[in-house]
Amino acid sequence: MTSTDSRIARFPFPFPRDQYRYSTNVEPAGNPATTVAGRWGTTHLEIDSRYHEELAERERILTADPSRHQCLPHMVPAAWDAMLTLMRTLAAEYPDTMALDRRGDSWFWRNDLLGIEHTFVFGDLATLPAPPLVYICGQIQEDVVLLDQREGQLWGDAGLVTFAADWSFGFDVGMSFLEIHGPVPRVHSEKIITRAHNFLMRLEPGQSYRRTNWTLTVDGKLDTSTETYPEWGKDRRTLADGPLDEVGDRLFLRTEVQHLIRLAHSGAVMFLIRTYLLPLRDVASVPEWGARLYKVLEDLPVDMAEYKGISRTREPGMRWLAAHGNVEP
Amino acid sequence: MTMVLETVAGAGVTGTLTLTVREARLLCPGVRHVVLTDEGGRALPTFTPGSHIAVNWAEGRHNSYSLTGPSIEPDHYAISVRLDENGHGGSRWVHDLQPGQTVRVSRPRSAFAPILNARHHILVAGGIGVTPMLSHVRAALEWGRSFEVIYSFRDRQGAHADELAALCGDRIVTVSTPEELREALLPKLGDQPLGTHVYTCGPAPMIAAVAEWARECGWPPGRVHSEAFGAGPLPEGNPFAAKLGRTGMIVPVPSGTSLLEALLDKGITVPNLCRQGVCGECRLSVRGGEVEHRDLFLTDEEKASGDSIMPCVSRAVGDRLELEL
Ligand code: FES
Repeated sequence: MTSTDSRIARFPFPFPRDQYRYSTNVEPAGNPATTVAGRWGTTHLEIDSRYHEELAERERILTADPSRHQCLPHMVPAAWDAMLTLMRTLAAEYPDTMALDRRGDSWFWRNDLLGIEHTFVFGDLATLPAPPLVYICGQIQEDVVLLDQREGQLWGDAGLVTFAADWSFGFDVGMSFLEIHGPVPRVHSEKIITRAHNFLMRLEPGQSYRRTNWTLTVDGKLDTSTETYPEWGKDRRTLADGPLDEVGDRLFLRTEVQHLIRLAHSGAVMFLIRTYLLPLRDVASVPEWGARLYKVLEDLPVDMAEYKGISRTREPGMRWLAAHGNVEP
Repeated sequence: MTMVLETVAGAGVTGTLTLTVREARLLCPGVRHVVLTDEGGRALPTFTPGSHIAVNWAEGRHNSYSLTGPSIEPDHYAISVRLDENGHGGSRWVHDLQPGQTVRVSRPRSAFAPILNARHHILVAGGIGVTPMLSHVRAALEWGRSFEVIYSFRDRQGAHADELAALCGDRIVTVSTPEELREALLPKLGDQPLGTHVYTCGPAPMIAAVAEWARECGWPPGRVHSEAFGAGPLPEGNPFAAKLGRTGMIVPVPSGTSLLEALLDKGITVPNLCRQGVCGECRLSVRGGEVEHRDLFLTDEEKASGDSIMPCVSRAVGDRLELEL
């Protein structure tokens, strides 16, 4: 299998039907989901062939803009909790290359993929080369957001997000879950958000669920956060105004797989956000996917397209799919 | 243990743990301390300070007890149980436990967690209500949180009093009557700075008194917490039978099994996703019988009309439900 083939086989194609609407599409995590091209979702944390490349990209973004990492003071225990939970998960899901051992009062962590062997004391910052979220996010491809639960609400009070799609964690930090999702359009969605909120607040320690979200991204950029809009905003226009030929390679279907995990020590809710990008050319190489993406884009109401930031790009995407995908006129 | 613990995040949560009694001793008159471990020596699931486990002491019978030991991937769970002569027999059962015996317990559930952004924590314990405070104090020390403890107990009934004194140093006050408690607590409630939270665990009258004093001192209710057992997952519910309208087939739904599971077990296809009553996938039409709605998906109007049910969580009020299936 070439790496492209395996990327297609493991791509979390997000559309179970020809029409997409908001829903509380959560399901228990850790069970494989099958697609017509393969399967995904056997693990909570996904390490793939882009591991080193994406970690380097994360480090570059974080160095240029340290505000991508945020941790309000009361969230320090939750950040340690998240780090230890992620290490434990890596060790369980990738036992050949990762290990976490308790040695008396300290912990020993090994990550062979990065040649790391490190001993630390839980909670003691002096024993880590970086704050816990920065340290662990340097070893996973997922973005992380931690929500504190208090006063009957969830608050996005810590996280490290370098691959945001059209939002900004630096702006959202400290806001409540409901505020963060305030701009989602449609009356009905309000109910969906409240329902999701209630669901998250009832998550039991150790439980984990997942959901997918999607959008379209130009040129396969992982970082399309609000802060860097000047760098990528014009890409949508150049794509729309450019030759149709290029669209298959320049426009990407972007799926986010989000895992929702109740951290057992701090009680915080951890969101893991993993971004997968597949150019339309690869999407269309699976005939069912090309056809379905076309129908979803064609049907998507204007306000939803606007919110997803794809008003400019969906047209060219559809035209390209009509020419190259398995689309019936 | 019946479940794999290697993956702390995401292991089957509904699974119970089968543990072995490592130690059982009288802590003080009437209070027995029991230490439970995994027979294979594996670490147990991490828990949030203030958590409890449900101990299964007879078929379908559970009692909840706070965990008093360390909380991060601990090598044991410890509970301290006061013998309740007038109870249903659960505490008696625990008091009879001997080392080597096997006990089935739930995973830890958190219903009394510290508020992470509090600036100061006042922990008020009454009698055996001291048990959840131990993990609170451990976590507070670990994370350098500002806290103090007021522990009220009579005579020699101070379970864990020495241990707490050693942990807390000068941050603990012990009292032995409601009046003393009032004298110790009221001044603190009177001049606590913004951001202080108070946590009470003890007999119901004490919880009520603390809440009342806090209210008189102008505390918003959101900063006054008390231990409420039994706020865990949904109750198992009564058994009932589902009749499938089209075929006339009768599907029994035992207590502790969801209607969805019962239908799937019979090979009846019902789409489903979350199994938590939020996603809406499993909705079924109801022809007859009254529904006990426990989902978050249906609107209030839909629930009132009674013609739909989310079988992954909801059940029948009576012993019969007829479905459009
Ligand atoms: S399976 Fe999701 S509501 Fe029942």
